[in-house]
Order: sequence, then structure tokens, then C-alpha cells
Amino acid sequence: MSKKIGDVILDLQNISLRFGGVKALTDISFDVREREIRAIIGPNGAGKSSMLNVINGVYHPQEGVIVFLGQERKRMEPHHAATQGIARTFQNIALFKGMSVLDNIMTGRITRMKANFLEHALWLGRARREELEHRKKVEEIIDFLEIQHIRRTPVGRLPYGLQKRVELGRALAAEPSMLLLDEPMAGMNVEEKQDMCRFILDVNDQFGATIVLIEHDMGVVMDISDRVVVLDYGKKIGDGLPDEVKNNEDVITAYLGASH
Amino acid sequence: MSLRTNTGSPDGLQTFPRLLFHHAKTRGDAPAIREKNLGIWQTWSWSDVTERVRALASGLAALGFKRGDNLAIIGDNRPHLYMMISAAQCLGGVPVPLYQDAVADEMLFVLEDAAIRFAAVEDQEQVDKLLEVMDRAPLLKHIVYDDPRGMRHYNQPFLHDIHALMEMGRIHNRNHPDFLDEEVAQGQASDISVMLYTSGTTGKPKGVCQTHAAFIASARGGMQIDKLDAAGDILSYLPMAWVGDHLFSFAQSLVVGFTINCPESGDTVMTDLREIGPTYYFAPPRVFESLLTSVMIRMEDASAIKRGMFHYFLGVAKRCGGAILDGKPVGLGDRLLYGLGTLLVYGPLRNVLGLSRIRVAYTAGAAIGPELFGFYRSIGINLKQLYGQTETCAYVCLQPDGQVKPSSVGAPAPGVEIKIADNGEVLVKGPMLLKEYYRRPDATAESIDADGYFLTGDAGFLDADGHLNIIDRAKDVGKLANGAMFAPNYIENKLKFFQHIKEAVCFGHDRDRVCAFVNIDAGAVGNWAERRGIAYSGYADLASKPQVHELIKTCIDEVNATLAQDAMVADSQIHRFLVLHKELDPDDDELTRTRKVRRNFVAKKYQVLIDALYGGKATQFIETEVKFEDGRRGKVAADLRIIDAKTFPAVKQAA
Repeated sequence: MSKKIGDVILDLQNISLRFGGVKALTDISFDVREREIRAIIGPNGAGKSSMLNVINGVYHPQEGVIVFLGQERKRMEPHHAATQGIARTFQNIALFKGMSVLDNIMTGRITRMKANFLEHALWLGRARREELEHRKKVEEIIDFLEIQHIRRTPVGRLPYGLQKRVELGRALAAEPSMLLLDEPMAGMNVEEKQDMCRFILDVNDQFGATIVLIEHDMGVVMDISDRVVVLDYGKKIGDGLPDEVKNNEDVITAYLGASH
Repeated sequence: MSLRTNTGSPDGLQTFPRLLFHHAKTRGDAPAIREKNLGIWQTWSWSDVTERVRALASGLAALGFKRGDNLAIIGDNRPHLYMMISAAQCLGGVPVPLYQDAVADEMLFVLEDAAIRFAAVEDQEQVDKLLEVMDRAPLLKHIVYDDPRGMRHYNQPFLHDIHALMEMGRIHNRNHPDFLDEEVAQGQASDISVMLYTSGTTGKPKGVCQTHAAFIASARGGMQIDKLDAAGDILSYLPMAWVGDHLFSFAQSLVVGFTINCPESGDTVMTDLREIGPTYYFAPPRVFESLLTSVMIRMEDASAIKRGMFHYFLGVAKRCGGAILDGKPVGLGDRLLYGLGTLLVYGPLRNVLGLSRIRVAYTAGAAIGPELFGFYRSIGINLKQLYGQTETCAYVCLQPDGQVKPSSVGAPAPGVEIKIADNGEVLVKGPMLLKEYYRRPDATAESIDADGYFLTGDAGFLDADGHLNIIDRAKDVGKLANGAMFAPNYIENKLKFFQHIKEAVCFGHDRDRVCAFVNIDAGAVGNWAERRGIAYSGYADLASKPQVHELIKTCIDEVNATLAQDAMVADSQIHRFLVLHKELDPDDDELTRTRKVRRNFVAKKYQVLIDALYGGKATQFIETEVKFEDGRRGKVAADLRIIDAKTFPAVKQAA
């Protein structure tokens, strides 16, 4: 594969995050390059999800600097993250269960809608044009994720694996430059995992999206990621190519377990 | 515009490309093909289609495709693939559609057998399969793909995007403006228009060569019987490699001029059916069956009032619906009730099924249960049967309106002669017969007798009305040890008419009694189990539940009771049976791609089970290898219970 990995687009420098006395993250630095698939791994409670939450502005680290697309900030706000092209999926699916797949994915377009509330309510020219344009984009995503057959199905009625796919669809709808995936394959069977891997690789390849991913399935991580960062007890203990990380002594003891 | 002007043959329209160009010239703006893309139905008019076919054909010619070359067509029903069929025909080449879900090795056989140099495929999946076997098919030189998704990193020079091919063709067209018309003018009615591979129920698949004349005659005959017109719509969703789809979606569409509609994907067929509301519909019995099953399952969940109304009016329909459809006399009371039923139940039901605009619906390929058949007719859907095979363009018998009987497959179609041989085999003759089996003069000679009749291999008889009744495959009809006739298909069909039984295989030839394997229908039995709070983890587990065995036993007992009614088959009652631990699957070679049981293969594969059935054992352990869709293999093992069914004394024939 001739994938072009570009410059650093996200640089996290010396990030520390505390909740009261609990140190969730301690002095962590790593970067993410354009169009790469960057995995964050680590045992339970290592601080992986906290790290994602720092990136998209849900948590504000007490120390450290985040440089995203050349802009340096102390703290990221969720709406900054969203409008600047960071989209995410959640460990526990966070979709609108009563709404159809189509409508759920449509909500991913909200940051890109320009018409105001009144225009939408009255279905005026701009709102109408916009809606058609967004719908087209959403249909492309539905086609991409091969979920045409459930377009009109309420999300709550879908099996878990498909819900995960819909959530990915909603994140894609924002046309993100960076996609944060929190355990996209948790709880899936082998076939669903294979499908999901394929979609992640395709998203990376065809849309050129940068992907930061948390995952527990080592096989998946080693297969699809370009670089891996390893956390343990809120500290970074490894960073590098999958093969390097696999052979890193600290990682083996801490994460993969020495006694097994 | 009168129909004749579109379809008449006297004016030289004796090949499919000429028919296509004629449509473009006389009714160019009429819709020819629709496809749902990104959620919206897109329409190609006859002019659009013709423009693309010209571009594709010229593109193929530019790549070196010549008269007599074969073009493999592999994929779901996509407009571009249908156009590719026409494109090959324009150049005097022969399209060879392959079953799209076949694994690479199965495709290899056809690629070699038909000496394929060019292939037009749907997407990356099919390209990958061809690449996998390409080193073993050295003749294959060019692959054209329709869907560019996932193909970005494929840079082999022999892979062509279909749009690039069209561009190439358009340039070729500009440089050689007369080329294509000259090629089309060279086409003769007696040229081979398509090669369809038989499903291979018996031995290796054979390429059936059909001429333009044969398919045009068949299409035209069907049009006369059913008064089809150019305003119709058909949903094209059955495999393009199957003769039925070629007749209905390709040949008849070009002869009659109606619109074909390609579904968005295999999973959306039901939704697409409802959106299009075809006027003309074809489905094998299992599709009608699963439609009905899904309706019945949903009705179980409806409120008591709705359920009551539904069942009451189905009763009314059962009493008089068929007669009303056939135009037979029906009492005023029933007519009024039926009218009310149409308003409250039948109309909405037809709408839910996507069959409210249906003028003619056909089923074929396997026997259809009289109850199932009667159900659709009773709610006002003109469902009929036809009979034919790949070698006869799927055109031998059709049921004319008003003469529909569930047991027969109808009267000989226009131009067809039928003769029953001494051994009961059905022989047919007419314009629709195959020209030959590709490079198999031996097989061709075997299948056509001295008088020019084709040996169908089916056993049957003509009834008092002159309608053909099919009993079984002629070679499958065997004898029990006591000399009584044993027609396995006949019994299996009776079993399969139960919604809980998906597949059955009966044994009994040269034996003293009949035993059977049963495959349960995972959907229907699963639902049945859920309602009773029976927990199960998967197919094998469900199939091993004693309650399920009881359920199947009641079905078998019922079949035995009906078999006992008829002296001819009373000895064929099923004495013992078992429920298989896995579904019979074409990937494991147990079924053909058209889902017919390969009886001998199954018998050999499960020999231990047959021995156990006849050996009187109560259980039998078996381990079976299964092939997954991606080509990997695995094993499933189970202890199967063998169950004794209830048999009945033969009733002496009274009437």
C-alpha cells in the first residue's frame, strides 16, 4: 500500500490530568501525523479514554499543551474539536435509539448546517437546498458502510455490530479530518470485527482521515495501525511501530502480562 | 403506439442488438432500466442504454474482443452488466453469465470450459476471485469492473474501469463511425446469443448455447399468453446466470420493451419491491414462501382484533378468492365479503408485499405447495406456474389465465410440442431448444433424440385438460424393495410445504421403507421456539432440541397420513427420520447454486446417518466439514437423534 503519511497535525505535549487526587494522566507526550492510524493501547484504567477525552475537549488537562493544526491551546473545547474536524465514536454506543439510521447519521451533519432555525422550520430555500445536499452526503456514507437495507430502521432495533457501524457513519458524516474511535470492535464477533477493520482501513484510505483508535484486540491493533502508543497507570510506557511495541519489554510485562 | 411496431419480427429485428436499437429509435425516451443509487431511483432511457451499449461494445472491440469471443459476466443484477450482455452481442460475441456467489474455484471451471478471454464483473469482490485463479486460467486477458470502490490500489494493466472502457469506446466510435452498425448488421438470428451454464445437478456444468431466435421466440410466446406490454415493470433480482432471469429481465424486456429495475443490494430487495411495485414478477417458490412466513410471523405480533380480522378474511379468500380471480361464478354474499376483505386485508397485504400492481407473477424451479399457491391467488395475486429448463429457454409450459391448477405446470406454450416417452420422461420440441452444449457434441447428441425432441429428464404426464404434470426427475424415480414406485421429490416437496421444514432428503430406492433427513427452517422454527421460551444458541442447537423433533414429527405424521390416502405412494410413508445438525449448503456442494439437493452427494457424505436410519439405531454421532464463504474450512459435530414416525395403513382407493 502506498499510503502517504503527512506532517504532525496533533501534538500533545506533557499532558497531565488529575481528578482531585487521582492522577489519570501523567506527563504524556505523543503526536499524530496526517492520514495515519494511531492506536492507543493499555490495560483497564490506563487512561486511554481519558486521553481521547482530552483530545476532543471533554476533559481539560491541568498541565500540558495541545497543538492541533498548528494552533496551540491550553484547553480544547468540544465545539472547537467538532468544528475543526474531530469526530468520535463512543465505547458505549451513544446514538438516538428511537430515530432511524438515516436521521442518526444526519445529526452528524449539524455542525455543517448553515441555515438558521427559522429557515429550517419554514423549509425556506436555503434550508431545503442544504437538506438535499446533506442527504446526498449521508446517502454516500450509507452506501460506503453498506447499510442501505436498514436506512429506515430505528437504531434501537438493530444488533450491536450494526449500531457500531451506524455510529461510525455519524462520525463520518461530519467529514472529519481526525476520527477518534473508542473501542470500535468491543463486543463484536470475528466477522463483525473483520468488517469493521475493513471500514476503518477504507475510511483512512479513501477519505484520507486520520484515525486515533483505542482497541483491546491486539491482533487488530497490530494489523491495522501505523504507530502505537502504550499507556499504563496514566504513564506512557511505549511508543512506536507495532513491531517495536510488541517487542518492548515494559509493554510485555505491563500489558500483555509477563506470567502468561 | 401499438405493441407490434415495437416487437414485430418481419422488419428484420431478429437479433437482440437490433431490437435494442429499434427501441432507441422508436421510443428512445421511454424508461429501459432503473437502478437505485444513493437512495434514489435513477432511470436510463432506451436511448441512454443504447448509447452506453455502443460505447461498451466499441470499447471491447478496441481491447480486441472479436466475433465468437465469450464474455464472462459476473455480479449482481447491475444495469451495466445487462448492457455488457448487449455489448458482447453487438460484436457477435457470446455473453456467459456466471453465478456471482460461486467461489473462485467453481468459476475457474467455467472460465476454462468456455475459453474466456474477457470478463465484465461487478466489483472488487469478483475481481479478487478472478485474480485468485488467473494463473490457472491463462486465457483470461481483460477484466472490466463496474464499481470502482476499493479498486484504487489495483494497478494491473488488464483491469479496466467500465467508465474508462466507455470512453475508449466513444473515441473508437468517432474514429470508426460505421464499425458498430456493420458488426450488428452481420448478426444472424441463428447466432448464439448467450451461453448459460446448467446448474450441474448431475455431473459437471455444461454450457448451453442458445440462439437469438430461440430466446426471441420464447419471449414472444410468453408475451402473447400474458398480453405483456411496454408499460410494465419487472424487478430484476435473481442471478443473471439463471435462465429465468435471462428470459424475463433480458429477452422479454428487449422484445416487449418493459422496464427492468435493479435493486440497490441483495439485502434491500423487499424494500425495493415495495417501492417499484412491479407489474410482472418472477420468484422461485421459496421466495413466496419466505414472504408468507414473514407476514405470518408479523401477524402473530399484531393486536387480537387485527389478527382476528386477518384470519377471518383469509378464510373468506380461501373459499372464493381463487374462483373470483379465475372469473368463475361466485355468490353475491361471498363477493361482497371479498370486496370488504380487499379493502381491509387483501389490498393492504398486497401493498406490504409490494405486489399491488402485479398483473402476472410466475413461479418455477421447484414444486410449489398447493396451499401456498392458493394463498397468493386467493388474495388476488395472479400467481401462475411455468415449466422449462436452461436448454429450453425456461419456456415449455405456461399456465394461461383462467386455467390455473396448482398440481399442473400448465399447457404447452405457443410453438412447443410435448411428447411423453414410454418411461414417463417428458420430451419437448420447438423453436426454443438449445443449439448445442458448448464443445460437448456427445452431450448434445445424448439430449436430443432422432426426431429432434429434447429429453428433459423429468418424469410427468399430460392430464385430461392437456396440462403437463411433473412428478419427479426421471432418474430419481426409483422402486422400493417391494416394487412400489418411489418418487423422492414428490415426498420431499410435501415436507417442504410445511413452514418449519426448509429442506428434506428422502431415501428408499431398493430399500424396504423410506427414511428422511430434515433441515429445519431456522427463521420459522426459531420464532416458534422463542414463543415457547425454548432457549437456543444457534442452528445446530435448535436442531437438536427434543421439542423441535416433536414438531417435525407432527409434520411427518401428517405427510404420512396424506401419502396413505393414495395407493400409488402409500408405501412411501416415512418410517424414520432425523434432523440434520447443519443446513445443506451450496458452498459444501450439497445443493446446487439454484438450491436443488444433490441427492447422491448427500447420500455419500452422510452415509453413516443413512446406515443408522436403516440400522435401527437411536442416535448417531457425526462430524462434518463445512466451508465458509471466505474459503476457510471448519468442522461441526453432533449426536443426532433418530426418530420413528407414525405410519398409517394404506387406504384402499375408493374413488
